Amino acid sequence: MTSLKEEVEEKKKLIATLRNKPWRMKRRLKLLKECQAFVEEFEGALGKGKGRKLYAYKVMMAKKMIKFNRDFDNFKTACIPWERKIKEVESHFGSSVASYFIFLRWMYGLNLVLFAFMFGLVVLPEVMMGLPYGSIPRKTVPRAEQDRAMDISVLLDFGGYCKYSILFYGFYNDERTIGVLQFRLPLSYLLVGLGIFGYSLMVVIRTMARNSDEGGDGGDDGQFTFAFKMFTSWDYLIGNPETADNKYASITTSFKESIVDEQENQKDENIHLRRFLRVLANFLILCSLGGSGFLIYFVVKRSQEFANLDQDELSWFEKNEVEFVMSLLGLVCPPLFETIAELEEYHPRIALKWQLGRIFALFLGNLYTFLFALFDEVNAKLEKEKSIRNATIWGLNEYYSNYSSYHNTTDIPPPDIHPADVIRGPCWETAVGIEFVKLTVSDIQVTYMTILIGDFLRAMIVRFLNYCWCWDLEAGFPSYGEFDISGNVLGLIFNQGMIWMGAFYAPGLVGLNVLRLLTSMYYQCWAVMSCNVPHERVFKASKSNNFYMGLLLLVLFLSLLPVVYTIMTLPPSFDCGPFSGREQMYNVVMETIENDLPAFIGNIFTYATNPGLILPAVLLMVLAIYYLNATSKNYQNANLELKKKMQMARDEEKNRRNNKENTNQVMQDLEDLLPNRSLLPPAAEEEKPPPVLEKGSKSPKVAKRPGAAANGKGVNIQKDVSLAAPNPKAAVTHPPGPRGPSGNARGPPPGPARGRGRGTPPSRR
Amino acid sequence: MGTTASQLGKDLLSEYQELTFLTKQEILLAHKRYSELLSKEDRNLTSVPMEKVLSLPELKSNPFRKRICHVFSTSDMKDGSLTFEDFLDLLSAFSDSATLEIKSHYAFRIFDFDDDGTLDGGDLEKLVNCLTGKTEDTRLTPEEMRQLISNILEESDIDKDGTVNLSEFQHVISRSPDFVRDG
Repeated sequence: MTSLKEEVEEKKKLIATLRNKPWRMKRRLKLLKECQAFVEEFEGALGKGKGRKLYAYKVMMAKKMIKFNRDFDNFKTACIPWERKIKEVESHFGSSVASYFIFLRWMYGLNLVLFAFMFGLVVLPEVMMGLPYGSIPRKTVPRAEQDRAMDISVLLDFGGYCKYSILFYGFYNDERTIGVLQFRLPLSYLLVGLGIFGYSLMVVIRTMARNSDEGGDGGDDGQFTFAFKMFTSWDYLIGNPETADNKYASITTSFKESIVDEQENQKDENIHLRRFLRVLANFLILCSLGGSGFLIYFVVKRSQEFANLDQDELSWFEKNEVEFVMSLLGLVCPPLFETIAELEEYHPRIALKWQLGRIFALFLGNLYTFLFALFDEVNAKLEKEKSIRNATIWGLNEYYSNYSSYHNTTDIPPPDIHPADVIRGPCWETAVGIEFVKLTVSDIQVTYMTILIGDFLRAMIVRFLNYCWCWDLEAGFPSYGEFDISGNVLGLIFNQGMIWMGAFYAPGLVGLNVLRLLTSMYYQCWAVMSCNVPHERVFKASKSNNFYMGLLLLVLFLSLLPVVYTIMTLPPSFDCGPFSGREQMYNVVMETIENDLPAFIGNIFTYATNPGLILPAVLLMVLAIYYLNATSKNYQNANLELKKKMQMARDEEKNRRNNKENTNQVMQDLEDLLPNRSLLPPAAEEEKPPPVLEKGSKSPKVAKRPGAAANGKGVNIQKDVSLAAPNPKAAVTHPPGPRGPSGNARGPPPGPARGRGRGTPPSRR
Repeated sequence: MGTTASQLGKDLLSEYQELTFLTKQEILLAHKRYSELLSKEDRNLTSVPMEKVLSLPELKSNPFRKRICHVFSTSDMKDGSLTFEDFLDLLSAFSDSATLEIKSHYAFRIFDFDDDGTLDGGDLEKLVNCLTGKTEDTRLTPEEMRQLISNILEESDIDKDGTVNLSEFQHVISRSPDFVRDG
């Protein structure tokens, strides 16, 4: 009975691995039907006796599970959006351009989840269960601004009704619980704000880990350059003749380059000049980075002065100066860096990395300068707020004392002022939120405009003016644009950084970003297909994917810092937002712990935040990091040792074989091909003969005598066949038999040694 | 046993799902594309001739298209025609979820231009010529070609017999970072 069961299991396993066998479909189909028939017949038989029903039930559930899994996988694949669009782009432009769109789609998914959090847990409760517009001061447009609150220009500036809406922090009320469900809005706001970072961090690191362990072995630089170029350089997803031509040209160039590289390894002419030029280039770039940072700081300071003037007298340019300057810098500096980088004469791949690093530094510098300038503004607002707050409190006290002295009661109703007339503080959080939203919007506008003008208009001009122009516009100067992958990816990453920073102060920003990514996908797909041409050097999108993820992670950390800092140190405004009236924003967590949770949890938290407990925990984590680091170093060393051993074994093998003449003369019998079990060259198996080998394997090395391997001496030669003999298609002259061990001193037979050989059969052992 | 019926039978579909790396939608899409190739021809044909297969946009620009057809074809006349099952085999080997073994096995056979089970100098030369395009100015000079082939053999030929056989090929390919991505 058990052997039958084993056989059934074996057949099931065979069915599961059938797709991995390189046989023809006909043969596999036949085998599958056989195995399935066998399993069905005997599975029923196995279920005889007691427990039969249970067994049959289990089997049925297992089958249903498999079917369900398969359907679910199918469904998941069908759910992935834009797959066909991206494949079309890929076939025209190669996989590197398509990788940008795949990245864009991934971002869209991430933002969708963040939007769901923000919307479902913060915006929706406030809208459905909170007080409506106009009921309390923070939700109403102040009287002074009311007559202009609906103007388009004001709305586009995110003032007026926009400012006092769910889009921004200031709208949210600070009641501890709202509505029938007793939903704790302030707590939810804080937790969602931090949870956005937590979730993004988790997703980014998980994606990085998944990418990294597939590319981990690729560090063998230089070991197989030519072979890789030969065997793996073609991009099979190319479906467009023009791209194919470009790919041919780039492959040829890379072949020629490597051949030349290999020959001229020692040539390093004039290294001093090159070094000097590189230092000069770096100096120039540092200057321009510093210049751009200073420019931004200056402009933000000016905008603060403008804010103090009357808004009507400022031109559009002066009002939006900051965003305009930042976008301009983002447009102008990268080409500038590229031209300066031509002084350096690096290898293109290295040059690309430098370029990306510099653009990254540019964006980062700009963003942080902007933040610092904004920070000054926040401090100024805080100062102003103090005075207004004092004024409000004083006014309220006056009112109470007057009322009680006039009416002589102690039961004083709250002052009956219309919400729009109440004195309002400057509410710095909303101001910060507005700044971020304006920055994002202007970034969107600049990107779309650039595509429209830089690509579309250019393509139109080149196409239509070409008929009446002196030189060939398509081949010559402007020609059609190429898709700038790195620029677009970096733009996407930094846009996401701004969203992360601004989401806490402007909950509507995430929704805005989702819309932006959606339209971007369609717009850029259209633009790429209609206005761009494939790159001159079509290169495959390979391990660079982790590079961009690493950048994203860095940007995530850098955008986390300002938000956490403000949460921890700056006091919230006294009259707007969900944390108003509290000393610090995180106090809401303390209040919740005190009031809502049972007492012992409060005790737990008090103990847990005791420094005596935290310091050892931190110490433990540091030690764990150190330990893991040491372990990974050890593994790396062990890897290197193994590689060296393999190399030595291979060299030994080479030395032995070098004296022997041999030839591969075995024809592959395609139908009888058995899967190759091991891909490694043999470690040290030269001495002991391997056991019975796969049937049909024949030693190609007729020259090997049986005794050779057994003796371990590698010298004997039998020059039966010369190296120059062509490899004939041998007819089957004898049935396959167990091979002599001699020819197969290395574990798996060298590839084509399956099938029938010709010539004298190898002497058996 | 390739089917030319306009609909694919349900159990046949599930068997194909079991035996290939393709999902159900992919198999149905393959069936549709295959039927389109057949549609202008006689309905009774069970295999599509090579020229029609090569007219597929995905294969049209591929330098190895003829080799691909030859490798996946099971026809007795060795004319490169593909039945539907051959077509599915092709798609399965090229699919994203196929394993390293399958891909390297078929890659080796595609590159083996003379079908002798090894990649010798002639095969490699034809390979390079396929990769560098048809026009004169993109081809390599004989000197460069010789240098290139000797470099490749030096890198990949472990037993120094002047040819690359399947296990050497698989060894090289398994180290390639691009290849491992799908593995």
